[in-house]
Amino acid sequence: MAELGRAALVLTLGLVLYAVAAGVYAAAARRRRLARSAQNALLAAFVSTAVAAAVLWAALVRRDFSFVYVAGHTATKLPLVYRLSAFWGGQEGSLLLWLLILTGFGAAAVLLDRRATRDLLAWVTPVLGGVAVFFAFMLVAVASPFATQAAPADGAGLNPSLQNPYMLAHPPLLYLGYVGLTIPWAFGMGALLSGRTDERWIVATRRWTLAAWMFLGIGQLLGSHWAYVEVGWGGYYAWDPVENAALMPWLAATAFLHSVMIQEKRGMLRVWNMLLVILAFGLSLFGTFLTRSGVINSIHSFTQSSIGAWFVGFIAVVIAFSLTLVFWRLPLLRSKTKLESLVSREATFLYNNLLFVALTLTILWGVTFPILSEAVRGTAITVSKPYYNFFLRAFGLPLLLLMGIGPLVPWRRASLRSLERTFLWPIGVAVAAGVVLVFLGGGSSSVGLITYTFAAFVTASIVFEFARGTRARHALAGGSWLRAFTGLIARNRRRYGGYVVHAAIVLLAVGIAGSSIYQTVRERKLRPGQTMTVAGYTLAYRSLQVKTGPNATESRALLAVSRGKSSLGTLGPGKNFYPVEQQTSNEVAIRSNLVTGEDLYVIADQINRDGSVYFKVLVKPAVNLIWLAGFVFVLGSVIALWPDAREERRLAERYGTAGAAVRA
Amino acid sequence: MNLALVLAALLAVALVLYVARPFLREPEAADDALDTPGADELRRLELAEERDRALQALRELEFDHRTGKVSDEDYRTLLGPLRRGAAEALRALDR
Repeated sequence: MAELGRAALVLTLGLVLYAVAAGVYAAAARRRRLARSAQNALLAAFVSTAVAAAVLWAALVRRDFSFVYVAGHTATKLPLVYRLSAFWGGQEGSLLLWLLILTGFGAAAVLLDRRATRDLLAWVTPVLGGVAVFFAFMLVAVASPFATQAAPADGAGLNPSLQNPYMLAHPPLLYLGYVGLTIPWAFGMGALLSGRTDERWIVATRRWTLAAWMFLGIGQLLGSHWAYVEVGWGGYYAWDPVENAALMPWLAATAFLHSVMIQEKRGMLRVWNMLLVILAFGLSLFGTFLTRSGVINSIHSFTQSSIGAWFVGFIAVVIAFSLTLVFWRLPLLRSKTKLESLVSREATFLYNNLLFVALTLTILWGVTFPILSEAVRGTAITVSKPYYNFFLRAFGLPLLLLMGIGPLVPWRRASLRSLERTFLWPIGVAVAAGVVLVFLGGGSSSVGLITYTFAAFVTASIVFEFARGTRARHALAGGSWLRAFTGLIARNRRRYGGYVVHAAIVLLAVGIAGSSIYQTVRERKLRPGQTMTVAGYTLAYRSLQVKTGPNATESRALLAVSRGKSSLGTLGPGKNFYPVEQQTSNEVAIRSNLVTGEDLYVIADQINRDGSVYFKVLVKPAVNLIWLAGFVFVLGSVIALWPDAREERRLAERYGTAGAAVRA
Repeated sequence: MNLALVLAALLAVALVLYVARPFLREPEAADDALDTPGADELRRLELAEERDRALQALRELEFDHRTGKVSDEDYRTLLGPLRRGAAEALRALDR
């Protein structure tokens, strides 16, 4: 069936080439049927790509080792679920997943916006087609997942680090985020090409941006949890280039989600928003390039490949094309309104944007510095953790503070008297929290103390926003308090969904500060019968157990854990040896306290033949707040994403007022 | 010819027919022009956006005043220009 896969991809390439050529001509010459035909080509490209994906998945399920890709990334003993996820375990499969999601999103955008934005969509179609041409070309000519060979007796297996339930969701979620950012970029470029630089492109892509941003965020958090429980070094984020590659477009998209509100509310920052959407998409391509090219040493660079030069060329073309369009349309993008005051909601959004972009560019500099230094001086100089930590604090702490300030400041301008009134309680709560923390010993780290104090300030500002809003709603509409609360959220889902996301970021900040600044680490070699004590926990090493699993030999060091006089059960850190892949993985043991959010994290760093084990034990306060933040983040995003009938009616009325062609 | 190639050929034919569908359904279109807004419609759209912005700003000002975020003094200062902006946009749309 490899021929069917190959043919389907060739068909996709032909279809998206047609979508570009026919789409450009139709939009420029204003040909209705041709524009529709180009859109149909984009829809058809999704069908042919889905056929190619189905062929690869079928080969993975059937263990068809005549496919070079299947033999390279699976083995006979690999469980079915990991054979399915091997689809994105290698380069060719990952590129196919990119194309599948891209054509799927493109098809969905065409179907959803066909009626609403006909003239805009006429230009969006060839732009989306252009991105698809690149990926389809790569899959047809450079990195085909359908290369065949004489089938070997067994496959090489899947990297053990990828044999983890997290790997079923983490890469696809990241790809949904990366690829999802193509849609706002394509609509932005469509707006520039068509000259429709009004808000229509923003209205059409609002949910796409938010959904892509949510997927990217939750994908990263799942990746962090994977690193925490699977990679086994005791942390969840190592400023690894590929981790940074996902963080950068997320930060740029976060800046865009904020600044786009200024355009909607005040008609300002049109050029800036275009630049941000270009930055976010460019960084999502750069992220894919970093993950798949193996250009930088990373725990994620599972393959070293030759696709790097193609990607660099494509990113350069995308950036040059986008900036040329912005420059060309500058006269249409000038805004008529100006910032009225430096103390206003829009001003805080502007400060937040500058900080987000500064943080993004700082990380980009750190990621690209090894490549640049190798190109210029012949030696790759890597940028280490202190660099990133310094800038995270320098830009991240003011951002955290702004998250509390922003909601308290009204649009346009604010007098000192109203600021005094709105800031009084949140500042009071923050100062009280700071004093309590100093008494509890939190003053051992000034960064930790500042983070926690700021977190208290933001929490108070969010709580007061909800409380004041509910009270005002109750006074206006009457009914129960619960009804007033839900009515408040329903009437402005984006604002209050955003506040819930802010609460998630507070949890994240508290979790990160607690688990990194206030953590305790001890290392010790133990023989069976010996004990060690760490931050109040006592660990008694009982014995070493070895058993054979379906695809690995599993060694576990059994530890009895207690705190004071109470027993907390046993932990079994160890290692798995995968004979097919000839690789060993760390299998850490974690005991979570769901009340305090603290983890006892045990690594069996080295297991010796005499049964002794080098243990590394970490006690990480508040670390579980990071994972809780993930749930709150999704909740907030879903609230903001939820369709708002009132808003839909208002928009329908606006485009109805403007005229038939705008509406059509 | 093997099964894979037959399936590939069938897929290609089906998708090409789908792409050609707009022309197959309307071989002789009376009007093949793509609807694009003229200068007047774009101007009206701009005014409609301005009107919506002004009305939204008024609603938010009202709500922020009720919640106590905007003082009485600020409310009185901001209300006038916002009302005038909304009225101007509405008048321009009516013309």
